Order: sequence, then C-alpha cells, then structure tokens
Amino acid sequence: MSNRVAAIAVLIAFLGGTAFATFSDLRIFLPALLQGAVVTIEVATLSFLVMTASAFLAGAAKISPWTPVRWVAITYIEIFRGTSLLVQLFWFFFVLPEFGVTLSPMVAGVLGVGLNFGAYGAEIVRGAITAVPRGQWEAATAVNLTPFRRMTRIVMPQALVVVIPPYGNLAIEMVKATSVVSAVTLVDITYASVQQNQLYYRTIEIFVVTLFLYYCFSQLIRFSMGILEERSKRHLARVGG
Amino acid sequence: MNWDWQFTFDVVLPKLLPVVPITIQATVFSFLLALVLGLVLMLLRISRFRLIAVPAGELIEVIRGTPLLVQLFFLFFLLPEVGITLPPLTTGILGIGIYNAALCAEVYRAGIQAVPAGQWEAAKALNLGTYRTWRDIIIPQSLPPIVPALGNYLIGIFKETPLLSFLAVGELMHASKLIGSEYYRFTEAVTLAGVFFLVMSLAAAVLVRMVETRVSRSILR
Repeated sequence: MSNRVAAIAVLIAFLGGTAFATFSDLRIFLPALLQGAVVTIEVATLSFLVMTASAFLAGAAKISPWTPVRWVAITYIEIFRGTSLLVQLFWFFFVLPEFGVTLSPMVAGVLGVGLNFGAYGAEIVRGAITAVPRGQWEAATAVNLTPFRRMTRIVMPQALVVVIPPYGNLAIEMVKATSVVSAVTLVDITYASVQQNQLYYRTIEIFVVTLFLYYCFSQLIRFSMGILEERSKRHLARVGG
Repeated sequence: MNWDWQFTFDVVLPKLLPVVPITIQATVFSFLLALVLGLVLMLLRISRFRLIAVPAGELIEVIRGTPLLVQLFFLFFLLPEVGITLPPLTTGILGIGIYNAALCAEVYRAGIQAVPAGQWEAAKALNLGTYRTWRDIIIPQSLPPIVPALGNYLIGIFKETPLLSFLAVGELMHASKLIGSEYYRFTEAVTLAGVFFLVMSLAAAVLVRMVETRVSRSILR
C-alpha cells in the first residue's frame, strides 16, 4: 500500500518537475537528457527480455538431469557473475569482431547487460524451483503428467511466487547497471548528462534531474513488481483452496 | 581467432600487472569506508528521533535507488566546483564507499533486528549496561547473517572498480582500454582483464565462505 502511495507521490513530483523544467533554465539541457532517457529505457526493456530468457533457461538447465547441460549452465553463470559487467560489454563490442561477430552498440549493450543479469537471475530461478516441495513433483508424475506439463503447470506457478520479489530487486539493479552502456558508444541518460555538464557546467541541476529520473524508474519497477507479486499469490491461493 | 601470445607477454602483461595494486587499493579502501559509513548511517536510521531517522532512511533509499556511475560522475564534477580538488582515485573511492555504505547500513539493520526482542529484555533484566548489552549480547548474535552479506559486498565492490575507468583512474580496465586504443588490439587486454576478475572473484568467494564458517563456529562455541 505504501508502495502505491510512494509511486503516486513520485508521479506527481515528476509531473511537477517537468512543468517546472519547462519554465526555467532546465529547458536548455532537459531535451538532451530526455533523449538519453529514451535510450536508457530501450536498453533496459530489451535487456529485461534477454535477462528473463537466459535466467529461466540457465536456471532450469542448472538442475537438469543431464550432466553436460548442467555444466554449460554452470559455466555460463560463473563466467558472467565472476567478471565485471563493464569488462563483458567491452568484450562484446571490441573483442567479438576479432572472432568475426560484429555487433551494433545497441545489440552489444543489451546482450552484455541482459546476459550478465541473466546469470544472477538464474540463481534465483534455480533456488525457487528447488524450493517447490518434492511431493509436488512426485504427485505430478503420479497423475501421469509429461515432464513439460509438470514444469509449466505444477512447478513453475509455485516457483514464480518465490521468484518475483528477488527478481524485482534484480531488475532494479539491472536498470541502474544500464548506466555503463556509454562504454559501447550508446548515448544514454548518464552519458547525456556528462555531455550537457561539459557544455553548460550546471552540475547540480543536471545530475539531480538524472538521479531523479533513475529513481523514478526504479520505483516504477518496484511498484509493478508489487502488483505482480499480489497477482501470483492470488492465483496460488485459488488453486490451493 | 587470432590470439597473439607474443603481444600478450611483451605488451599487455607488463602494462596490466603494475595497475593491479590500484584495483586492489580501490577495493579495500572503498570497503573500509563503506563499513564505517554504513555503521553511521544505520545508527542514524534506527535513531529514536524521527527527525533524524526519516531523512536518513530516505537518503539510504535514494543512494540505493540510483546508479553508482551517475553518483561517481556527480561527485567527480561537483567536488571541484565547491572547491574540493581530489585525485580521481580518491573521488572514486569516496563514491563507491558512499554507495556501498547505504547497502551495508541495511545489512547491519537487518542483522540487528534479527536478534529476538527477548534478548534485549533479558539483558535489561540482568541489569547490563548499554555498552555490555551491545558488546556481549546483540553484536555477537547479529554477526552470522551480517558477515556473509558483507563478504558479498566486498566482491561486489571489487567488480565495481572498473567503473573508475570512466573517471580516468588508471586501474585495470582503464589500462586495457589504453592498450586497445594504442595498438588497436582489444582482444588480449580485455580478455586478460576479464580472466583476472574471474579468478579474483572466485578466490574471494572461497575466502568469504571460509570466514563465514569460522564466524558461525566461533559464535556457536
């Protein structure tokens, strides 16, 4: 509930801030910052898709009965969690062309952020799947469900309830981490604010606006994850009761 | 694929190895700053006066809810404007330290609040003073959940140090970027930087696990 109040307050503050910005000096640099914000939102949205796909694939693969599949998942998770996001972005953008794969800045940025956070997400998914009681698996087998249906109809709906809260936090971390994509020449809001600062030397205004936009973005995710969490629980209660 | 071993040994390693201490220095000092500042933030946060506790809580939220890189840039540009000129490395340590202090504050708070209320009451019933209550009752019991979390933040800080390359701090990532732009060969330098981070964080993870078992053992005994 307090989540909702916070989100509404943030929204009002944001609209008020935008109105204020139009009528003051802020309008000099705000367009450039907002343009950067659009790039940030693009990267974050696409990265979220990549992250979710790789988190669920690798999370499920890590507890697969086939050893080779498990090893691939473990290697992926350890490499992407063990090295820095910035190193990975550089690697995707500057080293992969040496191997004959040239990625556009956007693709490199999205793949870098998405795969990095997918590795963290995989651990969350794996933990949630293993937290589903053994009896649920056995019962699904006993009523003759195929492994695929057992996963999608029995295990996953219960695992999702556990996944959503930490996954929301991870998504917020991911949005914050997109601030490094200027390393692969993308002009996101962080880089836009550095550029505007070098042009106008209005450090406090520019960076307060940027920090505020990021803060709004993460509160928005927190808010929508709260809704999603309630939903997933309602579904579970209906099935159980 | 063309990996040039000669280039690796003649050019890349001699340039990367000397900057390893800078990465480690940045990690250690940021971590120490985060530990101390986090404690201060936590004490403000659990203060009995709402006028202190509420703003401290909001400050922690804002620091946690915004990207470290933006905060680093903010400090980097703001400090000279208000007349404080620091070397980029110090600014970077300050930035990483403040960011992680906000995270540590929450870890401390969670650890202390996990101590059952009965422990406080029992300490009061036994007529222990504030100092003895904290030293002998509360802190020892709150350590087991705190230590592994702090260890993870240490590894996290280590992986955040490449951000300092944005401030032109001559750490590992910056050095490999320079090699890349000087020779127009990124493969060896960036890959080696990656391998270094991988090895170090795997080693650190093992170390953290060791400290963790030792702490929980010494508490149980």
